[in-house]
Amino acid sequence: MRINYPGTIRIIRLPCTGKVDVIHILRAFEKGADGVYVVGCLEGECRFSNGNLRAKKRIEQAQQILDAIGIGGERAQMYNLSSADGPRFAEYAVEMTEKIKKLGPNPLKKAKEKMAA
Amino acid sequence: MIVAEKKPVEEIIDYVKDFKKLLIAGCNECVTVCEAGGKKEVGILASALRMYFLNEGKKVEIDEVTLERQCDHEYLEEIRDRIDKYDAVLSLACGVGVQFMAEKYFSTPVFPGVNTCFLGAAEERGVWSERCQACGQCILGETAGICPISRCAKRLLNGPCGGSTKGKCEINKDLDCAWQLIIDRLKELNRLDDYEKIMPIKDWSTERAGGPRKVVREDVRL
Ligand code: SF4
Ligand code: SF4
Repeated sequence: MRINYPGTIRIIRLPCTGKVDVIHILRAFEKGADGVYVVGCLEGECRFSNGNLRAKKRIEQAQQILDAIGIGGERAQMYNLSSADGPRFAEYAVEMTEKIKKLGPNPLKKAKEKMAA
Repeated sequence: MIVAEKKPVEEIIDYVKDFKKLLIAGCNECVTVCEAGGKKEVGILASALRMYFLNEGKKVEIDEVTLERQCDHEYLEEIRDRIDKYDAVLSLACGVGVQFMAEKYFSTPVFPGVNTCFLGAAEERGVWSERCQACGQCILGETAGICPISRCAKRLLNGPCGGSTKGKCEINKDLDCAWQLIIDRLKELNRLDDYEKIMPIKDWSTERAGGPRKVVREDVRL
């Protein structure tokens, strides 16, 4: 298909979005990610029946924590698509990138710089 | 098991915001099983707090440990050699563990990371419900294995009350009437005659009403 999507995104492959845990999302932010999004199969179409629904709930938990600690829950998001839908994948990548650009970089980066200074 | 729930991160932050060296201590038993205070939850909380402090521009050291139990000397002793390094401990054990930690390390502030809820069972994944109030004088033998002390809203010994409707308790239509459950099971066990027996007044002195309790077993003491 040779569809382009923003090169700022780093893909981490998982056997199923059900493998995602809150700690993985938090660690990504701790390591400096500006945003984290999980792309799962369409709801109702999980090969393992509810992996993507689990992921959704875990994203929600992570969002709550991110809000509580001042990073902002909107930096984490769940998307769903059919695994055959390449164009949609690229669309989500653009959408998320735009959203994060608006939010600006992970506030921890600035905090780290300040600490080091 | 002892069922607990995670405290909101905001509440925990409020407890520990002024400390510089924190130990987050999980427990490998009940709170691990009910996913409130095991190794995994310790990791999540530690990560969240590290980010919080960094974002606030505060330099705080956070260490993680998960002990086999926090209600036994031998496991709590495992951190004796380093406890003085910390200016506070956040314990994710049940209230018992938090207190035992506080007793043992008298000069270190200890804060609870979970709300300890009750003695209960895992009905299904993610759902826990109360089964016992540790009354100290178990009557399950007379009540078909269903506890009216913990499961009947009125703790009736000779139920049901007049509010029992279609098997549900009058305080909440989603709650089974414990006495309906008892009767149903006595029927199943062909022991309905037992239901006719009037249960005597319970000796509540073995329950919390008699003050804080203690069990001393001379046969197992050293
Ligand atoms: S009768 Fe007492 S000890 Fe037995 S299950 Fe009920 S509360 Fe627990
Ligand atoms: S309805 Fe049943 S469970 Fe509820 S208070 Fe009455 S006897 Fe107890």
